[in-house]
Order: sequence, then C-alpha cells, then structure tokens
Amino acid sequence: MTTATAEAPTPPVIKESTATKVLRWLGKAPINILLVVVGLLWLVPTIGLFLTSLFAPEDVNNLGWWKIFTKPSLATFQNYQDIYHNESIRSAIVTTIVISVGGTVLPILVASLAGYAFAWLEFPGRDWIFLLVIALLVVPLQMALIPIFSLYSKVGIFDTKLSLILFHTAFGLPFAIFLLRNFFIGIPKELLEAARIDGASELRIFVRLILPLGLPAIASLAIFQFLWTWNDLIVALSLARDTQPITVAIFSQLRQFGANLELIAPAAFVSLAIPLAVFFAFQRYFVQGLLAGSVK
Amino acid sequence: MSGAGATAEPPVREAPPSAEAGKWRQYAIAAGFLAPAAFFLGVWIVYPTIKTIIRSFYSRDGSDFVGIDNYRALFSSDTLLRAIENNAIWVIVVPALVTALGLIYAVLTERVRWAVAFKTVVFMPMAISAFAAGVTWRIMYQQEPDRGAINAGIAAVKDVFSPTGVLSEAAPSSEALVQQPSGALVLAKPLEPGGVALLGLTRISVDEVPETAKQAVEPKSAPGEITGVVWRDFKPGGGTPGKVESEEVGLPRVTVELLDSSGDKVQSVTSADDGSFAFTDVPDGSYTVGIGASTFVKPFGGVSWLGAKLITPSIIISYIWIWAGFAMVVLAAGLAAISRETLEAARTDGATEWQVFWRVTVPQLWPVITVVFITLLINVLKVFDIVLAVAPQSVQDDANVIALAMWRTSFGGVSDFGLGSAIAVFLFLLVIPILAIQIRRFKREEAEAR
Repeated sequence: MTTATAEAPTPPVIKESTATKVLRWLGKAPINILLVVVGLLWLVPTIGLFLTSLFAPEDVNNLGWWKIFTKPSLATFQNYQDIYHNESIRSAIVTTIVISVGGTVLPILVASLAGYAFAWLEFPGRDWIFLLVIALLVVPLQMALIPIFSLYSKVGIFDTKLSLILFHTAFGLPFAIFLLRNFFIGIPKELLEAARIDGASELRIFVRLILPLGLPAIASLAIFQFLWTWNDLIVALSLARDTQPITVAIFSQLRQFGANLELIAPAAFVSLAIPLAVFFAFQRYFVQGLLAGSVK
Repeated sequence: MSGAGATAEPPVREAPPSAEAGKWRQYAIAAGFLAPAAFFLGVWIVYPTIKTIIRSFYSRDGSDFVGIDNYRALFSSDTLLRAIENNAIWVIVVPALVTALGLIYAVLTERVRWAVAFKTVVFMPMAISAFAAGVTWRIMYQQEPDRGAINAGIAAVKDVFSPTGVLSEAAPSSEALVQQPSGALVLAKPLEPGGVALLGLTRISVDEVPETAKQAVEPKSAPGEITGVVWRDFKPGGGTPGKVESEEVGLPRVTVELLDSSGDKVQSVTSADDGSFAFTDVPDGSYTVGIGASTFVKPFGGVSWLGAKLITPSIIISYIWIWAGFAMVVLAAGLAAISRETLEAARTDGATEWQVFWRVTVPQLWPVITVVFITLLINVLKVFDIVLAVAPQSVQDDANVIALAMWRTSFGGVSDFGLGSAIAVFLFLLVIPILAIQIRRFKREEAEAR
C-alpha cells in the first residue's frame, strides 16, 4: 500500500521536472550566451599574442594574427627557435628562474618561522608587533627603491641576482607572515601541547609538526610569491642593470615596438606561459591563498 | 639539524629551574624565530622608509637641504600634475568598475553549469604579469585595422554599415564636377535627355583601377537617354582635363546616380568596363548626374587607442581584463557563503530576483565587496607595469601615473632622487588611510574570533 501510493505520484513529477528543465534551460539561454561571449572576449588577447608569435619575422609586423585562421600555413615556430638561440633572452629566462625560486623559498622559510612565533610562542607585545607587520603590508615598494639602490651600491651587491632575491624576500614577508600566522593558529592546540609535554623543542615542533600541517598554506603562498617575483618589473628595472629578468629584457625591446614583434611576441608568451602553467597546475591552492588573503 | 637541539633539550624541560628563567628562555626562543624576519623587514622596509622621508627634503644629489621644495615641484610640474590627475581617474573609475563587473560575473556564473570553465578563463590573466598583459594589449591596440585586432573588429562592423568606397581617394579632374558636402560628386551643369555626362576623375592610383578596365570611349548622345562615361582623366605626360583621350581608361563598377531637379534620385546605374553608362527612358526635364558619396567613403583608418587622448582609457581596459577575475572569484566565494535560507525566505515572501539581489544578497555580501574594493584601491594607486607596457614612449607623459612618475624621475633618465623620494612619500601618504582601515578590520576580526 505505502509503496504503491509512494510510487503513484512520482511519474508526473519526473515529467514536470523535464518540462521545467527545458523551460529553465531556455530561460538560461541569454545568460549562457552572454557568458560565452564574455569568456571569448577574455580569451582573445592571449590567443592573439600566441598567434602573433607564430608569424615569420617578415609577416609579424605587417599582418594581424587572425590571418592565421584563414591561412594556417603562415604559422611557424621559427621565432621560438630564434629566441631559444638568442643569448640575451636565454640568460634572461635563467635569471628569472633563479630570482623566482630564490625569492620564493627564502621568504617562506623566514615567514614560517615568524608566523609560528606569532601564533604559538609567548612574548611581550606579540599582538602589537604583529600589527606592525601587517602595517608594513601597505608600504609601497617605491618607498624602498632609492635607499636600497644606494645601499646596494655601497655594499657592492648592486646588479646581482642575490640583491633582487633579498628585496623580493623582504617585500613578500608581511603578507607571508600574515597568511601563515593565521593558518598556524588554526592548528589544534592539543597537538602542540602534547608535543611540548613530550619534551620536544620548539624547533622540533616547528619542523616536525607545524611545517607539515601548514603545507596547504605554504603551497598557496609559494605560488603567490613565485608569480609575484616572476612577474616583477619595477624592482629589477630599478635595482639592476645587466641582471635582466625576462620582463626587463622585453621592456628594453619595447622602444622599437612594431618593428620587432618577432622577438617581443614569443618572449612575452614564454614569460606568460610559465605563470599560466603554474596557475593551471595549482589552481586550487592559488584560489585558496587568494581567499585567505582577502576574505578571512 | 633539528634533532640535535631536540635531544639536548628534554632534560631542561623536565626540570625548569624557575618560572622566571623559563620565561626568559621562552622569550629568547621567540626572538630566535623572529630574528630573520626582523632583519629583512628592518633593512629592506623600515630603514628605507625613514630614509626616503628624510631624502625627500634634500636636493637631487642629496647634498643640500631644500625644505619642501621637492613637494612644491611635485605640485607645480605639469607632468607630475598630469600623473596625479590620471591616478585620480584610475582611483575613481577602476575599483568600482572592476568590483561591479566581478559581482555581475559571480552572480551570473551561479546560474550556469560550466561556471568553473568560465571562472578559469576570466581568472587566468591574474596569473600573468601586468607587464606581459600590457604587451598583449599593445598588440591588440595597434592602429592599422589590418594589424590591431580591436580596430579590425570596428572596421568589420563599420564595413557593414558604410563600406569603403571603390574610389576613396578620387577627386574631380575639372571644375565641371563639384563636390557636395555629403562627399558626392555631381556635374555642375544640368542635363536633359539626349545629353552627355563626362565624369572625369583624377588622383586614382594605378592599384585602385580594376584590372578589367578598358580604354574609355567618348559617349554618344541618344534620344530619351542620358549617356556618359566615368574615366580616369589622367594621361602620363599630360593631357586635357575634361576630355576623353587615348590611354585614359574607363572606371568600371562605379555607381552613377541621376537626380531630378528637386534633388531626388531617379535612377542609378553601374558603369561598364570602359566606364560607360546610360540612363534609359528618361522623361523630359532637367537632371543632374553625379557619383554617390558611397563611392568615395574613406577606408577606416583605425581608432588611435595608443594616442595621447585615449591612452589612459586603453590602459584601464587592459587592467580590467586582468583584475575582473580576482573580483569575481572572491565575490563568488562570498556568495557561496551566504545563507540560502534568507534567500529562499525572501523568494517565498514574493520578492523578485532583483529585490532579492539588492535587499538580501548585496547587504550580506557587503563585507566581501569592501575587501575587493580596498584591494583594488591599493593596487590602482600603485599601478605601474601595465602603463609602461601599453603606453608608447611618446605618450608616457599623457599616460603618467604616480608610481610611473616616481620611477621615471628617479631611475628612468632624470636621476632626481630628491624629487623621486618626494613622489614616493606622496604615494605612501595616499595609502596610509587604507592602512588604517585594514588594521581596524583586522582588530575587529581578532576580537570576533575570541
């Protein structure tokens, strides 16, 4: 009896739901079309850059990239081969990698130490000092360029990769400390107390407990910091001359824009391909970090 | 390495000498954890900040104390005032626009199944450098419609409504033809049936003459018809303007119009390969013959996106392209956290979607909207890379913003560290109010957490 009455009303419900589904789909068509158009608009510039980079040097400064759609034979990887053999672009890419890796590992190391202290160690004025660190978050790096330029010249590390790494480390710290402290503080207190009662030193707790548990936050941070240093222009442009990361190398080519796109377009695409790869590989961490930094 | 410290410590822990000593030990450990960060923050941020403030009161090379002269220069130099003005435009327009766009995208994506794909596409530009994005947009903004994609798009749309004329450069060869304000060329002398119209044109490049064009022929008068010829009235080595001569070719496919005395179009025909045309069955009366304006429509030369006038809006568009994804993702996360119950309650009470959005969604989302807005505000105040990438050297004065002015003054050739420091301090002063908001928010959140 009960099963029969339960089954009886079901068929019309399904029918109705397919009908409403169709209706709903029709109702949503404008939204779908609008979003498709917006999505395409958002893709066009990147696709345009890539296709531009595929033109042979004799075509690239004369033809619009959409010509490749009607004449695919115009596409060639010649420019990529050329910049691969271009000594200055190659060394720029190596420089960028060294700075980005150094400028990611060092601040994370320093910030996780500090983040742990702010989260779990007792010392006077802890909250005030932490507030000061957050305050440093908004100091524009323009405030540091001139004195650091002079300092680097005096110490003799001007125009070195190390000097750029150190600068990126310092300016990455406020956000990194903020993010890691907030994450570390969420680690269950019982875990730490148990470790302390077992007699583990703070350093041991930090290495064996905090770092592994904090890995998700550290990963988000690493991605941010990597992209930040990889994408930097102003620091390298101001504090180095011959130590050129890829952005500066492209910048020095911009003066002849329109006559040397066979160099600019593929170099710009390479400089953007690595961040994009990082983004697609670690999208989840990227978004998490973003939300931790702004919403929470 | 940590193992050594760990094995050495336990005994001390088990028997703390005294509470006081243990406390100091703890402080020492904390100091050890904080020392590297303190070193970096002190040397690279705190010290330079103080130094820059002091430096801003000294001359270009730092040898003389000049008081507030640098700040005076900051507010009297045209280039710097332009930078401040542009930055003000950025601050007023961009954060609001990007937040609104992000909110629209976030709300719309909640209603489609492929939201993740859309979000990925729109968010993607956040990963790449503002500089590379700028270079990308500079390619899009090129002026020639056969190179710059945006102008190509505009040209394509424009071609549908007013296609480029077949003879865009042509001009009359003699005074017999008069140019009208609309761009049309008409014969000054009215004609009657049996009359002959000679439409001679010059300034037509050889490329513009179709390959099918043949030697022009002097038209013959015919009763009840108005006959004529459109030809290239130019003979190498000279010739008589207004006369059809040998070696002068007819212009095919030109639309010729016959207008009655009141100026209305009665007939229109297309010229043949030798440029000849004829209006047949023309009733008695007085007519004018002319070539319609559409024949002479100039090709679209392209909007000068990178010119002095449009450069700031152009850069702003590329900036929005980068940041809309950020606003969308953060706001979408905020939307997901809104309680469904309140939305459903409003709907069952009969509120329209529009009312639900403005009265329920937006108020609940307000804290997140504020965060997005402030983040954008800070970034817009410091905007730099993208301006340098999109704006060509020649219009950098017109596109100038504070951070760019600071760099150009200090490192980009001028080497005035005094003025450069003053600009940096000015920028710093602009972000301090935002800093105050940030700290207040943080303190409130800490209080709530406890």
